[in-house]
Amino acid sequence: MGLRDFARPMSHHPLSGARSIWTTLHVDPFLLVLLLALLSFGLIILFSGGDGRIALVKAQSIRIGLALVVMFVFAQLDPSVYRRWAPWLYGVGLLALVAVILFGVGAKGAQRWLALPGLPRFQPSELMKIVVPMTVAWYLSRHFLPPRLSRVAIALAMVLVPMALIARQPDLGTSVLVAAAGLFVVFFAGIRWRIISAFFVLVSIAAPLMWFFGMRDYQKQRVLTLLDPESDPLGAGWNIMQSKTAIGSGGWSGKGWMQGTQSHLEFLPESHTDFIVAVLAEEFGFVGIFALMSLYLLVLLRCLYIAVNAQDSFSRLLAGALSMTFFIYVFVNVGMVSGLLPVVGVPLPLISYGGTSIVTLMAAFGILMSIHTHRRMIAA
Amino acid sequence: MPWGEFKDTVAERRIFQHRTLVALMLLFVMMGVLMARMYYLQVIQHDTYTTLSDKNRVQVQSVAPTRGLVYDRNNVLLAENRPVFNVTIVPERVADISQTLSELQAILNISEDDLDRFRGRLLEPRRPFQEIPLRYDLTEQEIASMAVHRHTLPGVEVNAELVRYYPYSELTSHALGYVGRINRDELQRIDPVNYAGTNYIGKSGIERFYEQALHGKVGYQHVETNARGRTLRVLERENPVPGEDIRLHLDIRLQKLAHDLLDGRRGAIVAIEPKTGGVLALASVPGFDANLFVTGIGVEAYRELNESLDKPLFNRALRGQYPPGSTIKPMLAIAALDSGSTNRERTVWDPGYFQLKPTGRRFRDWKRGGHGWVNLKDAVEQSCDIYFYDVGVRMGVDVMHDYLTRFGFGEETSLDISGALPGIVPSREWKRAHRNEPWYPGDSVNMSIGQGFNLATPLQLATGTAVLANRGVWNQPRLLSDVLGDHDFEEGLFGAARDDIILTDPDTWTFGIKAMEAVMHGTKGTARAAARKAPYRMAGKTGTAQVFSLAEGEEYDEEEVRIRLRDHALFIGFAPVEDPVIAVAVIVENGGSGSGTAAPVARAMFDAWLLGFPAPDEPVLVKSDPGAGE
Repeated sequence: MGLRDFARPMSHHPLSGARSIWTTLHVDPFLLVLLLALLSFGLIILFSGGDGRIALVKAQSIRIGLALVVMFVFAQLDPSVYRRWAPWLYGVGLLALVAVILFGVGAKGAQRWLALPGLPRFQPSELMKIVVPMTVAWYLSRHFLPPRLSRVAIALAMVLVPMALIARQPDLGTSVLVAAAGLFVVFFAGIRWRIISAFFVLVSIAAPLMWFFGMRDYQKQRVLTLLDPESDPLGAGWNIMQSKTAIGSGGWSGKGWMQGTQSHLEFLPESHTDFIVAVLAEEFGFVGIFALMSLYLLVLLRCLYIAVNAQDSFSRLLAGALSMTFFIYVFVNVGMVSGLLPVVGVPLPLISYGGTSIVTLMAAFGILMSIHTHRRMIAA
Repeated sequence: MPWGEFKDTVAERRIFQHRTLVALMLLFVMMGVLMARMYYLQVIQHDTYTTLSDKNRVQVQSVAPTRGLVYDRNNVLLAENRPVFNVTIVPERVADISQTLSELQAILNISEDDLDRFRGRLLEPRRPFQEIPLRYDLTEQEIASMAVHRHTLPGVEVNAELVRYYPYSELTSHALGYVGRINRDELQRIDPVNYAGTNYIGKSGIERFYEQALHGKVGYQHVETNARGRTLRVLERENPVPGEDIRLHLDIRLQKLAHDLLDGRRGAIVAIEPKTGGVLALASVPGFDANLFVTGIGVEAYRELNESLDKPLFNRALRGQYPPGSTIKPMLAIAALDSGSTNRERTVWDPGYFQLKPTGRRFRDWKRGGHGWVNLKDAVEQSCDIYFYDVGVRMGVDVMHDYLTRFGFGEETSLDISGALPGIVPSREWKRAHRNEPWYPGDSVNMSIGQGFNLATPLQLATGTAVLANRGVWNQPRLLSDVLGDHDFEEGLFGAARDDIILTDPDTWTFGIKAMEAVMHGTKGTARAAARKAPYRMAGKTGTAQVFSLAEGEEYDEEEVRIRLRDHALFIGFAPVEDPVIAVAVIVENGGSGSGTAAPVARAMFDAWLLGFPAPDEPVLVKSDPGAGE
């Protein structure tokens, strides 16, 4: 077994013989094709979800172009660079989050943006989606795995501090994603099952406490509305009722592209951002959803393949965590739009209109490509 | 040397692979959950959500029919529909009502009345997402500024609707009546389906009487709406059936003349075409602008109208019950002859008073000193009270009641004039029931000259005059001439006809008409001044009604008291004598004498109708002589 572990990389195609052009470019062609397919699919739905506004599609295309550049740049850096920079980035990220709370800007009662003079406005919480798993992976991979309980505790603290700061903005969706990213690292590091079990017991105790002491009224309202959307069909339940109606009325094959009545007659809220999957479901039906989910699954499988084939613990943990976070993105968004989860404001990755999340996501894919294309020949 | 190379052990790799396997399983399970959820919504619950989706976007709206138009006999439009723009609010779509209201107040002129009415409607139970009107009848400028600001005011809509408009406003308010917003009582009465899209209903006059025909039949449309309720597309439409256009006997020129003749005074004129019973003019002066009532009159404006001493809202022509005075003498003369209580030759000595018993109370003649010997024709021509006192006692209350009732007094005889009052023709039973007293001979004396308990409306006086001009043939008064279009609903409406008056000697009619002609053209006729130089022959009778008292609590200054205690001037008549085409009744409140004030008004009406209407700048009434005798 041990021998195979060392032998396999040597026989692996990109690492033996002539280095392919893709390896030189540090781009994974399989992942790239899948991502481009998803992005194109997204633009088609966006055109309909945005009610035929070509300007939306243009703006989104520019962001996608920018995101592809970011991905390419991130892919060029060696994983060890990320590992070395992780703790510093984490420190900067924490400072930025504190700064957001102190003098951030935003709208609708949430303070999420930081407008520093001389820099474009940015959301530090987006940065933390990558930096948190990176830092936890850095910390755990310094020592033997599986980690000792004390190190797990420190790793959890590294996750919980930024999560709490983000939740205070308040941005429940992002804090969930950041927490998921960090916790997946701990999970992949091999934390013992009984600790995981204990964690879930703890959560089930903490949840009611959170309900009474930690959650804001609008957050409570979201949960209540989720449990019984009909109770407030004109207020908070409106979004869920309308998106479920959009999805359900799509049927097997949908009403046809640009033919969705729910979205085009403005019943569906946020039809080009968070609720865009309802547009897809209404216009392309179950078949369309199946196609989208298949694409996501292929991306995920490729990412996990990269993770398994990574050369060191840091890369493995980071790749695995980023992959699963990407999935959590999909799950939370589709879950909330279809009425399984509370509406927490998570966009559908790579499809929803909006620049920040796409850039972050593509940066993560760039890191995955970097991990895959910077593997070294290891002498036998 | 790569960092961690030596601790990258087999064990660590195996742990990771193991955990990836677990993660993969988790991923498939969660993906399965999502797909199952989608399958549940899209395949299993598909029908439910399709229904919801259709219900979302398709709404059934009622389409109000266009209200029928009203024309006068010469096809002049008297009541039309004009588009009016209203501001409505859907409270469910407004986040903060009070803020929206204050923003609207910056753009529009919104009165306290509007706000009160709006708040009242807000508290009433209603369908969700129903629009509540805030302001009616926006001005052009307000429409424009709403168009600019509407995108900042979600839930606020500007709606157009067709609203009744009366181009002749004051002239026709009492003749046509008016429409107004449906109130709660009417809501109980009307067919909720047919009125689903209608906001207005006939409140009075022919608008009320012909409501069913004028309203039409409601239509429907299925419309696709967006989440804010805005109509995007009409999917299916069943057109409403517009209301019938109707034509009246009324002549707006004559109506205008009647108003001009009474201008500045209080009174009423009713003109009827004897051959049809068609009402040519029905004027009650002062009138009011019925357009104010259509979209809802303000409290202040209403109070002003309602509390005015001239009572513009009071329809004198239909509801003003006046003592008819001497104007019923021609009818009573015919009654006296037909009942045999007197004959044409019999004369009565008029010393200026009448006594039932030699020592009894003296009933005075209007003329001090009396008329001397008078026969029946003289009595009508000179309006001799003594002769009628005498003959009234001879006839007795039963005979007088019988004949006056046959002329339409004491009953409401119109076919389609809603709101008309019946007046009073007293009888023994009436006095027993209302005064709890027996009938005294003195009551007959008063009744014989139209005083005492007698009350009649101008419409009744005109009707009785028309029957007399027709020699007893009844054509009940009616406003409607015909319905334009191919619908025939006249049958059933005008079924009941009154019995014509048959006299034992038909020549008695000729006598009655000749006597009335003498009033106008005789050497001693009370209204001979009014008929001077007429190229045609007319018949008439003057009258004066005493004003007994003022309503308690009303305050007048002394000059006002003097004027408002003056007698009402009355006149009835028809022309031309040979072939009557117009019968009129005129009452001028506190006008003094019938001959001096009311008769010239009637003459002007006759002249216009028979000789042509005066030019617009010509004075309509040349002379008025309130000082002349009765």
